[in-house]
Amino acid sequence: MTTGRPIGEDDLQAYVDQALAPVRREEVKAYLDRHPDIAARIAGYEAQRDALRDALKPIAEEPVPQELSLARLIEARERRRFRPGWRAVAAAVLFLALGGISGWSARSLTLPPDTGMVALGEEAAASYAVYAPDRKRPVEIAATDRDELVRWVSNRLQHPVSVPDLASAGYRFMGGRLVATQHGPAGLFLYDDDKGIRIAVLVRPMAVEREARMSELNYGRVAGFAWANNGIGYSLVSEAPAQMLHPLADEVRRQISGKI
Amino acid sequence: MRAESVAMNDMMLLIEPQIPALRRYARALLRDAAAADDLVQDCLERAIGRWHQRRSDGDARTWLFAILHNLAVSRLRQKTRRGPHLPLEDAEAALPVRPATQEDALRHRDLLRGLGALPEDQRSVLLLVAVEELSYAETAAVLEVPTGTVMSRLSRARHKLMQLMDSPGSAETENTAGRTHLRRIK
Repeated sequence: MTTGRPIGEDDLQAYVDQALAPVRREEVKAYLDRHPDIAARIAGYEAQRDALRDALKPIAEEPVPQELSLARLIEARERRRFRPGWRAVAAAVLFLALGGISGWSARSLTLPPDTGMVALGEEAAASYAVYAPDRKRPVEIAATDRDELVRWVSNRLQHPVSVPDLASAGYRFMGGRLVATQHGPAGLFLYDDDKGIRIAVLVRPMAVEREARMSELNYGRVAGFAWANNGIGYSLVSEAPAQMLHPLADEVRRQISGKI
Repeated sequence: MRAESVAMNDMMLLIEPQIPALRRYARALLRDAAAADDLVQDCLERAIGRWHQRRSDGDARTWLFAILHNLAVSRLRQKTRRGPHLPLEDAEAALPVRPATQEDALRHRDLLRGLGALPEDQRSVLLLVAVEELSYAETAAVLEVPTGTVMSRLSRARHKLMQLMDSPGSAETENTAGRTHLRRIK
């Protein structure tokens, strides 16, 4: 059995690299038997390959330096993800969006850094700052398509979410969207009341602080609450005093824990 | 948390075993041990950061080599822009130290010097195919060139390295193949 094809330079290279199909390999071998000068060149390439492997092998046999330990690098990255650098950005977004700064009365700054609740609250506040003032398109999917929104967010969060109902407190559900956070996608739900005051509820899975009691967060004009339940974090924020938001956060928490 | 620890396990399983080979490739390409490890670190950091974007049907080894190669190329380009500066001492220091026979050590040194004298595109093909044992298709994917280009570069690299080894001392006169003996200095 032969392929009948003439032997090309590619065949010779593939012969050196042992990349030929058995039939072709035999043909090349027979060809080299007939052409000793070319056979010598190919033997030289084979020796070259072996010498290169030999010469470089010790590098691959060295112990891997600590700086290249994968576990360390992964850990370092996790740490970086929670670094204050990002929080400064979120703060800047917030300040720009809100205009005035009455100073960070900053409960968040007194909490230990890098904790899940702090990050969660800041994400909620940053999303609030971007979407709540938007008069034209605060939500991507309106309340009328609630089921679609719930499906979308649940899919992306890989966790079934439900939309809290704040109608009893006078807040209508406006709709929501998916937002980006440093910790992956989050669902953002917006509500408003007759006076036009808007409230945002942010939902996302938690990698740290998967269970957390409700804590109050205060970013000057925006305040809110954050907590986590069964690995899912919730944060309710608004441009309103915290004491006004507290019963709303309690209500959201009651509805969600009632569903489990 | 669950998704993250799965990703972490995958990374440990698929990336970690490749680190020695990545170091070898980087060092052979750059001929500077410290710079090579910096490059590998950069590569690993990127790989960790982009792990979720990796095509799940793709081969992790090819993907890692592609990241590393791109970093190496931009580094080499930067270097070239700053002028062709490759002190011999660096090349020597980059060589693996092995208590082999003196003769072996000399032979290896010459070979690696010859390798260093190859144009970067030929050197990378030769290393990926002959040393790292990537297939032609994988090498083509790493270098983002057609397989035919891999084949022709490979052939040229082997030919040229052979020439360099046959005429000792000529390894320093870079890019003179095809320009017969122009570099003779009196």
